[in-house]
Amino acid sequence: MEDMLFYDRMQFAFTITFHYLFPQLTMGLSLLIVYFKWKFLRTKEDTYNDAAKFWMKIFALNFAMGVVTGIPMEFQFGTNWAKFSELTGGIIGQTLAMEGMFSFFLESSFLGLFLFGEKLLGHKLHFLTGFLVFLGSWASGYLIIATHSWMQHPVGYEILENGKFVLTNFSALFSNTWLLPSYFHNQAASLVTASFVVAAIGAFYILNNKHSNFGKLFLKTGVIFGFFASVIVAVPTGDLVAKNVVKYQPATFAAMEGIFKTEDGGSEIVLIGQPNILEQKLDNKIAVPNILSFLTYQDWNAEIKGLNEFDKSVHPTNIPGLYYAYHIMVGLGTIFIGLLLFAVVQLFRKKLYTTKWILWSLLFMLPFPYIANTMGWYTAELGRQPWLVYNLLRTAEGASPTVSSGNTLFTLLGFIGLYLLLGLLFLMLAGKIINKGPELKKH
Amino acid sequence: MELFWYIVLMTMLTIYVILDGYDFGAGIIHLFFAKKEKDKKAITNAIGPFWDANEVWLIAVGGVLFFAFPTLYASSFSGFYLPLIIILWLLIFRAIGLELRGQINNTLWHTIWDKAFGIASLLLALFFGVALGNVVRGVNLGNVVDGVSTHEGHYFFLPLWNTTFSPQAEELGIIDWFTLLLGIIGVVSLAIHGANWIIFKTNSDLNTKLRKVIFNLNFVLLALVAVSILVWHVIEPKPFHNFIDKPWLWIFPILTFTGLFGLFKVKSFKKDGIGFIFSSLFLFGGITTTVASIFPKVLPSTNTINPSLTLYNTAADSYGLGVGVYWFAIAAVLVAVYMFIQYKVFKGKMDDIGYGDH
Repeated sequence: MEDMLFYDRMQFAFTITFHYLFPQLTMGLSLLIVYFKWKFLRTKEDTYNDAAKFWMKIFALNFAMGVVTGIPMEFQFGTNWAKFSELTGGIIGQTLAMEGMFSFFLESSFLGLFLFGEKLLGHKLHFLTGFLVFLGSWASGYLIIATHSWMQHPVGYEILENGKFVLTNFSALFSNTWLLPSYFHNQAASLVTASFVVAAIGAFYILNNKHSNFGKLFLKTGVIFGFFASVIVAVPTGDLVAKNVVKYQPATFAAMEGIFKTEDGGSEIVLIGQPNILEQKLDNKIAVPNILSFLTYQDWNAEIKGLNEFDKSVHPTNIPGLYYAYHIMVGLGTIFIGLLLFAVVQLFRKKLYTTKWILWSLLFMLPFPYIANTMGWYTAELGRQPWLVYNLLRTAEGASPTVSSGNTLFTLLGFIGLYLLLGLLFLMLAGKIINKGPELKKH
Repeated sequence: MELFWYIVLMTMLTIYVILDGYDFGAGIIHLFFAKKEKDKKAITNAIGPFWDANEVWLIAVGGVLFFAFPTLYASSFSGFYLPLIIILWLLIFRAIGLELRGQINNTLWHTIWDKAFGIASLLLALFFGVALGNVVRGVNLGNVVDGVSTHEGHYFFLPLWNTTFSPQAEELGIIDWFTLLLGIIGVVSLAIHGANWIIFKTNSDLNTKLRKVIFNLNFVLLALVAVSILVWHVIEPKPFHNFIDKPWLWIFPILTFTGLFGLFKVKSFKKDGIGFIFSSLFLFGGITTTVASIFPKVLPSTNTINPSLTLYNTAADSYGLGVGVYWFAIAAVLVAVYMFIQYKVFKGKMDDIGYGDH
């Protein structure tokens, strides 16, 4: 039973982690492509249209990867988490079915028109199809986060005698206090990823002395969008998400911040230190006094409950994992704001394109927003453990009763092999598109 | 309310099979009959802008199943664990075969992804037929061994096959001679369906040949359907009891055979789209006849201890089903609008669409 649950969790974690590498770029990049196309309609400068066309090639490849790795996600609720699906399907089935009906049809119908229809449709309608693809992908994010929010903070339900959750209030799913902060936090973070990707390719072209015209446009667009998005990730959205966690999941908050014991006179914020579960403390920690209390309650001396106040049975199952995921996310987010602030300042001093250290930093920063996004999701998911539905349904009670660990390991290994192939193909083909560049052949 | 969602779900399922069915069929034709680069291009152009949207119907069917019949979703997805995951892998191969082929201009690269696309399409058609066969045959709900359930009565698990390949063994498998027969019907009927779509949407040189292929495959299909009706009695002593009780249901088998016999005139159709209508009729009739024959069961039990899953004992609560009608109605209108726009923009022949050119 134990290893059965382990493989079910590993398979979901692996497939969702790999899957979400693609939609985070899809959601952010669709906005940037729509921006390029809009600038083209306004200015009639071909550079903007060519920029949109170039990113559409990457977008199409990225979208295809997102679709093929996304279908397994919906299937896995039933294949590996049958008991969870049976008990909560009447509620999360609503939002997941809505995602299919409202966003996937919108995205997929207009993606074909967007990718193949420029000549047939003319620029204005082509812009509109791009906008609808953007809308579809952001609607998909909304409905997924609505589902996620219900699992974190269940509302509008009733539990029957047989353990089934039934919906009693449909609109509560969408007025959930957990939903909007998490949604905008996530969407801004996906725009950070897309901005860094666009800026990094811009830096690559400038440093390479190839396609510098486009390089400058990409760099400028990337750092401006990226700067605003990375600030929004922290304030107000990140702040509001954290306040939800401290209010509704206090044990999770304590574990995220590495607070093993409640401190008198306000809590310090931990910058560095390794959780030592045996002795219930942090090793070699570096911390700043009272900051956490202030950030959380705007009061330097407010009390924040430590893990010692909660029963072990409701502690997050993987405290070090949760602590690291959270700290990596916050650390990277801070670095993003700092670097992009420098870049924006240099841009306004008209020195960005010649400031080598910023160009190199932006280029090498490419993987890190992906890591930050992933760690953010790990914080949310590990933070909810040991629950599937917070405080109501334990993860161990949700797995499929009849699927043995041998069968799950078989399919997990298959997914690992297949996704390794997909990842290599994606990198190879994206590299080819980037290397060829946005310059179009003159006819 | 359960019945409403059952009808919605079955309608969506048939739409999915008809739409993605022509994609799979085009893949099978691609595998066996497209030798020249020009022919291959014609086939991928014919499905290029549609296949992704068609596949969304599968996700939507899954979503509505999850929402309206959570117990059926949970039971069948975990019980049919292995074939479903294999279907996912095949869908991935098929999609990347289509999407990545044009990214690099190299014959070896093209061959690899052509085969991936073709073989995955063939196996998908086979597996979907096998899946239908499993639903008709039923499963050992509760995994009953020696008269005792080893799991809750609505859960089961099936290996890919058992040693005897028999649909009547106590330990069943996904693939036995009966489900395999339905799988082969799936392959043949979707190959015909895909060929009809190619004729409809292209002016390729293949079209004349494809009419002959359809004509010949139609004889095979007729024979297979006849055999399947005969052996159905082996699985279910009274396969037509629903039709005897409710004679209006005969409309479904009549549609099936209209589609099937209509296609024998494929060589003399004046318009290129007519064949596609007939093969769609066959698929629609085939699926509705099958699900009508087991109605109101949705997954029959092969043992006498645990009751079959029906649309009534697997449905979600009535408040949720009721509120779902509102958003579903809005979404259905929107989907109809999208499809109208999509098929209007890409109407007529698609030979010049340039799918996969980069």
